[in-house]
Amino acid sequence: MKRRQFLMLSAASIGGVLVYSLDRRVSRVFAQEKSTQTLKIPLRFFTEEEALIVAAAAARIFPGDDSGPGAKEAGVVIFIDRQLAGPWGRDRYRYAQGPFEENAAREFGYQGKAAPRETYREGLKGLKGFHLLSPEEQDKKLTEIESTHLFELLRQNTIEGMFSDPVHGGNVDMVGWQLVGFPGPRMSNYDEVDKYFGEAFRPKPVSLEQVLRRKVRPSEDEGLGST
Amino acid sequence: MKTLPSTDVVIIGGGWTGLLMAKEISAHTSASIVILERGRSRMADYSSGMDELDYFVRLHMMQDPSREAISLRHNDNERALPIRQFGAFLPGEGVGGTGEHWGAVYPRLLPDCFEMYSKTVERYGEKKLPADHSMQDWGITYDELEPYYARSEQEVGVSGKAGNLKGKKIEGGNIFEGWRSTEYPMPPTITPYFSDLFRVTTKSLGYHPYYNPTAVTSEEYTNPEGITRPACAFCGFCERTPCMINAKAQPTNVLLPIVRQRKSISIRTGATVRRILHDKNGKSPNGGKARGVTYVDESGEEVFQPADLVVLASYTLSNTHLLLLSGIGTPYDAATGKGTLGRNLTHQVSFGVQAFLQKPLNKFMGGGGTGIRIADFDADVFDHGNLPFIRGGMIAAMSVGTQPLSTFGNVPRSMKLPRWGAAWKKAAIEYFDRTGVVSFAGEQIPHKGNRFDLDPTYKNAAGDPLLRMTQNWQDNERKMVEFMNAKMVEIGHAMGAKDVNPFPGYENYDVTRYQSTHIQGGTIMARTPDRGVVNTYQQHWDISNLFVIGASTFPNSGSSNPTPTILALTYRTADAIVDRYLKQPGMLG
Repeated sequence: MKRRQFLMLSAASIGGVLVYSLDRRVSRVFAQEKSTQTLKIPLRFFTEEEALIVAAAAARIFPGDDSGPGAKEAGVVIFIDRQLAGPWGRDRYRYAQGPFEENAAREFGYQGKAAPRETYREGLKGLKGFHLLSPEEQDKKLTEIESTHLFELLRQNTIEGMFSDPVHGGNVDMVGWQLVGFPGPRMSNYDEVDKYFGEAFRPKPVSLEQVLRRKVRPSEDEGLGST
Repeated sequence: MKTLPSTDVVIIGGGWTGLLMAKEISAHTSASIVILERGRSRMADYSSGMDELDYFVRLHMMQDPSREAISLRHNDNERALPIRQFGAFLPGEGVGGTGEHWGAVYPRLLPDCFEMYSKTVERYGEKKLPADHSMQDWGITYDELEPYYARSEQEVGVSGKAGNLKGKKIEGGNIFEGWRSTEYPMPPTITPYFSDLFRVTTKSLGYHPYYNPTAVTSEEYTNPEGITRPACAFCGFCERTPCMINAKAQPTNVLLPIVRQRKSISIRTGATVRRILHDKNGKSPNGGKARGVTYVDESGEEVFQPADLVVLASYTLSNTHLLLLSGIGTPYDAATGKGTLGRNLTHQVSFGVQAFLQKPLNKFMGGGGTGIRIADFDADVFDHGNLPFIRGGMIAAMSVGTQPLSTFGNVPRSMKLPRWGAAWKKAAIEYFDRTGVVSFAGEQIPHKGNRFDLDPTYKNAAGDPLLRMTQNWQDNERKMVEFMNAKMVEIGHAMGAKDVNPFPGYENYDVTRYQSTHIQGGTIMARTPDRGVVNTYQQHWDISNLFVIGASTFPNSGSSNPTPTILALTYRTADAIVDRYLKQPGMLG
C-alpha cells in the first residue's frame, strides 16, 4: 500500500489556503508574514516532489505578480492533484479503446493512449528538479516542452485551477474570480442585466457552496469514500 | 433472451422527440407506450449545475464516450479515428437528452430551406450548385409546417418578436423570416449591453437587427397544458447546464410533468437499445414489419420488447446507427450513389470573430438564447449572383452569459503574445471583459461524400462497430466563411473595437472545436423511396410500423438551430399517427 504523500508548504509562501484534512473536513489556514509554520496538505495523486514541480510550472504559466495573484496563491497544484486522482485523470469519460495514433493530425484531438495521470507521471520525470531552477531557467524549460501534450494539459489545468469554483480545490478565496471580475454563480442578475452599459458591474464573488448553503460533491470526488 | 410483455408503442429515446411523441399519442389514445432511455433519470435537481468546470468543461450532461463514441474521417483516403472526447458537438444523455442543456435558440427554418435545390436552380441555374452536392427538396413546404411551428412555440414557450406576421413586415423582428400566423407567446427578452451595441451598430450599417427568439421565458409563462414557469433571471449559466429555475424550456419541465402522470406510459432508464427486430430486411416499399426492439436493461440483461409500433427518437447519430446495426434499409454507397441510409450528413458552419472593445461588457450576465441577430446574409436573402458560394446564415451578438474558465486567455493577435506567462496573463486580464464575440451560424451544403456508415475498426462497449462520419468542409463552406468573416470584422470595428481577431478560416473539419450539436441527415425524408429513408411523415419507406424522428430526417441543414423544425415535424408525425396510422396501419401518403 502506498504511503500517503503530503505537500509540505511553508505558511509564508501561500496567501491563505483552504485545506481539506484527511477526514475531509475543511479548515482555513492563514499565513502570517513571518511564520515558520509548515502546512501538510494531503495529496491524492502527486508525490511531494511532483507537486512541487507542478506548482512551480503553474506559477510560470500564470505568475503571481503586479497584475495580481497567480497559480500559487490560487492553490492550482491542489486542484490539479484532485483532478488527476479523479475520473478525469483516469480517462473515465474518454473513449480509450485502441488502436491509438500518437501523431494524429490536430483536427482529430488527442489520440494517444496515456490518460492524464500517465501523461503527468511520465512527463514530470523529464522535469526533475524543475522547482529548484531560477524563473528564467524554468521559462526556458517550459518553452522547450511547449508543443508536448503534457504542456497542453499543464496550461489548461492551470487556467482551470485559477477559475473553477473553489469546491474543486483551486481559485482559493476566489482570488482568480476577483482577478477578472467574475462573481461566481449569482442566482439572479435580473435587476442589472440591462443596466451598467459601458460600466463595470462587479459584485463580490460567491462560491457555489455559499450560494446553495450546502456541500456540493464535485465530479473529481466520484469514486472516493462518502463524505 | 427474455421476452417482455408486448406494448403498443415502443419509443427509443427519452428526449424532446421521444417524450413529445409519447405525450401526443397518449393524449388521444389509450395505446400503451414504453420509452427506452439509455441514460439515467433526471429528477431535475439542477441546483449544483452552476459549476463551469463540471458542466461546461467536463461535460457532466453529455453522453459517455467510453461507452459509445463516433469515429471521423475527412474523406475516403483517411482511416477514421474515434472522437475520443466530445468537442465539435455535444450530444446529451438521460431523460430529456440534449434538451436538458441546450442553448434554447428557437428560429424557424426559412421557407426556401425546404426547397433549397429547386429554388437555387430557379434563381441561378444548375451551374451555380457546388460540385458534388447532394441537395434535394424535402417534399414538404414551410407553409404545411407553419401551424406546427406555432404549436411548438406555444407549448415550449418562446420569447421573441414576429418580423413577418401574415405578410406584414415588422421592425425588431426578423423581416426576412417566413410568414407567421401568430406573434410569439412572450415578448422578446432583455437585451444586455454587448448585444445592444451590436443592434445599434448593425442598424447604422443598414442591416436589420432583430431579437433572437429563445425558448427561455422573458416573463412568467403558462403554456396551453397549464405548466407555469418563472421568468429567466439571467444567471449566465445556461449553455451546457440545466436550468435551476425552469426558465429555460427543457423536456423535463415542459413534457415530463405530463408524461409522468399518464398511466399508459412507462419510462425505462438505463435501457440501451441494441437492435430493432424486423421480420424482413425490407427491399420493397410497404414491405417488412418491425417486431420490436432488443435492449440491455439496467441490470445488464438483454431483453426483447415486442411492440406494434416502433418510434426511433434517439438523436441523429443514434437513429442512423441503429438502423445500420439492425440491417434496416439500404446503406448509401458514395461510390455508386445507390442506397439511402447514411446520406446527406450535414453539420453547421459556425465560428466567431473576437472584438476587443473599449468598455467593460459585464459578460457574466446573460440568458439562454439572449441576443440580437441579423439575417441580412441568411439563406438566399441576398443576391449570390457574383459570389462564389450559395446560401448563408445568421450573424449575431449573443449574450448568454460567459464564464472565465472557458473564455480566459483571448488577446489581440496583433500583440503577438505567447499563450502563457506574465505578459499574456496581464493582457488576458485586461481584455477579459472587453472581448465580445460576433458569431456566425450558417448552412453546410450536403455533399455526396459526407455521410454515415459503420466503422471497420473501432467498437463501442457492447462490441458493436461505432458509427463513422465521413465529413469535411467543402469549397462552399470555405468561401462562405471568408465572406462572412469580412462582414463580421467590419461590424466589430464599427462597434468600436480597434482590434478584431478574425476567424482563421476552415481547413479540415476539427472534432475539438465546438460547432453546435446541430447534426442533420442519415435517414433523410423524400417523396419517393429511392431518394430517402423515410417519407415526409418520417415513416420508414421499407417498414411501415417504424417512424424515425429527429434531424436525421433533414435532407439539409438550416442556417441555425434545428429544434423548432424537429418539434414541428414531430407534432405533424404524431397527428398522422393518431388520426390515421393507429386507425388504419399502413403507409401514409
